[in-house]
Amino acid sequence: MRSYQSWGRYPKSEPSQIVPLYWLSEIQALCRLSRPVLPRGQGRSYGDCCLNNGGILLDTLGLDHFILFDAQAGILRCEAGVSLDAILRLIVPKGWFLPVTPGTQFVTVGGAVANDVHGKNHHRCGTFGCHVRAMEVLRSNGERVLCTPDRNVALFQATIGGLGLTGLILWVEFHLKPLTGPYIDSEQIRFRKLEEFFELSADSDKSYEYTVAWVDCISRGEKLGRGIFMRGNHSTRPVDPQPEKNGKGSLLHGFDAPEMLISRATMHAFNTLYFHRQRRDTLSSVIPYDKFFYPLDVLRDWNRLYGSRGFLQYQFVVPYDRRQAVQEILQLIGRSRQVCTLAVLKVFGEIPPAGMLSFPRPGVTLAMDFPMRGQPTLDLCERFDEIVRTNGGAVYPAKDARMSAASYQAFFPAWQEFAQFRDPHFSSSFWRRVTAGE
Amino acid sequence: MSGVAPSRVLVLGATSAIAQETSRVFAAAKARLFLVARDAEKLRAVAEDLQVRGADAVDACVCDLTDTEKHAALLAHAAEAWGGFDAALIAYGMLPDQQACEQDSAALRLAMETNCVSVIALLAQVAKILERQPGSVLAVIGSVAGDRARRSNHVYGSAKAAIETFAAGLRIRLAAARISLVLIKPGWVDTPMTAHLPKNALYASAQSVGHGIYQAILSPQAVVYVPWFWRWIMLGVRMIPEPIFAKLNW
Repeated sequence: MRSYQSWGRYPKSEPSQIVPLYWLSEIQALCRLSRPVLPRGQGRSYGDCCLNNGGILLDTLGLDHFILFDAQAGILRCEAGVSLDAILRLIVPKGWFLPVTPGTQFVTVGGAVANDVHGKNHHRCGTFGCHVRAMEVLRSNGERVLCTPDRNVALFQATIGGLGLTGLILWVEFHLKPLTGPYIDSEQIRFRKLEEFFELSADSDKSYEYTVAWVDCISRGEKLGRGIFMRGNHSTRPVDPQPEKNGKGSLLHGFDAPEMLISRATMHAFNTLYFHRQRRDTLSSVIPYDKFFYPLDVLRDWNRLYGSRGFLQYQFVVPYDRRQAVQEILQLIGRSRQVCTLAVLKVFGEIPPAGMLSFPRPGVTLAMDFPMRGQPTLDLCERFDEIVRTNGGAVYPAKDARMSAASYQAFFPAWQEFAQFRDPHFSSSFWRRVTAGE
Repeated sequence: MSGVAPSRVLVLGATSAIAQETSRVFAAAKARLFLVARDAEKLRAVAEDLQVRGADAVDACVCDLTDTEKHAALLAHAAEAWGGFDAALIAYGMLPDQQACEQDSAALRLAMETNCVSVIALLAQVAKILERQPGSVLAVIGSVAGDRARRSNHVYGSAKAAIETFAAGLRIRLAAARISLVLIKPGWVDTPMTAHLPKNALYASAQSVGHGIYQAILSPQAVVYVPWFWRWIMLGVRMIPEPIFAKLNW
């Protein structure tokens, strides 16, 4: 059973029709469909950029064929509906890895391009789009456009980070990264305040390929901004001949957890335990790559923990010299009655984004989950927006379900230029919201 | 040949979702795959996919298998090209529109020719080439729909029931040559064939069914339900007395 809600399950949405796609050779004329269409992969976007309320969703999960794998050069070409977990199962045993991976492997390649996703190695490798060699885009007028960094460049750049609005991505060809083995030499280092995080990050980004931090957003006062810094490099440890385990356990089997599960008290207890889980300040370990990159994938439907009203994720970036905004936002949470369940902090590198509307830019990014508790949650996010705008930052569309059109247009001034490349037959709930009044 | 992965596999109806998922497991196990389907473009997509997924070799042949005249030549060509097969899977079919078939003999005939006549003709021909290969496995996809006729779906169900009866007889004949014949009975599967139907919790993914079929070919039994629980569901369904079953209006 496939759900066509978003990952945050807010806002609720009802497409008028689902069109499943199975074959590149058999996609019907998109312009003959009566309503606006939106390609839809795994639906792992948190907000409404994977929703098309009242419109048509093109379900791309059937476009799951590999086309070409050059195991010498490390180049993979596959249809847009192939998911990263399928790619990893294929390439890791052959000594290759994804050039960039988000925090879940259950996204499609098309989704990774359309949201120009980033990962823990942004400071080294930029976004996913930086590694795309070529792709083919089907426009609603029936034209199939081959886009590369040198051919049809404008459409190439508009499609990367283009939220699926420039046409249907049929296939993508991208560079892989050579791998020394399936393990990560990882370190977890406790920090007690944000300044320590920034020092650790500046220091680690030189010698570690992957860096990220968990921040405790519940504790106040002295403990505000404490957390655990995680850094890692690919390990040279050889493969253990062990049976393949798949992290696809289902926790809730399609049911929502009761909302009282997540409260300030339970999260405070959890964060305190998590912070003190390691006895020493620094913990070193060699762990399988999936445990390092995708800790939450073990629970296939962890989003249902937030109950039927769902949750919001708020991810923003501010320039590095405006990093005090992170502290301001943490203080704002402390003063509100909202519960931030999970917060992840990272310093982005200088590599320019590949797409016209890509979110990552040099600076500091913080992603936070909040259970949806109605207007007060929305009001708090609105106040975050003000801080982010004042500091010249941006909010991540792939995570967003609520920012105003004015905020979006301030965060992404290239949106008007992008609008020329949007396919007139394509739209999404997100796009209609952030361009309302135009 | 229990537990030993077949190295040369013939897949008839290779572009069906269930055939693709089964072939992907064989490809990952480095098998050689000979694919047959009627649509050249789709067949090419599947062949490329299986090559990338690790198949030792992939050969593809475009053929409309409902044309029974072509079976003998096709199979002779395939067997000659590869020197025989260790396993063969017949995995095509259509879900006919029951109501259209009740009104229109041509529609009914097309459904029976696709799902029943051509499959049975093909079983007989494939048996001939596998007979030269002791230890090989012939698998054919039936359906739980063949276990009991339903008001809403008995054109499809009766075709699948015919396959079962024919396969049961053929199994006895092939056993003498140490060939296993496995009848696969999938329950409800989420595939393009059922894309238009509303789904419930009993629907399985094509991927899980593909894994089930791979296992069934590795350790052949006469009849294999995938997922396994359909054996017990259908046991119950078969025991419902006709007057009550009729009232359920399935």
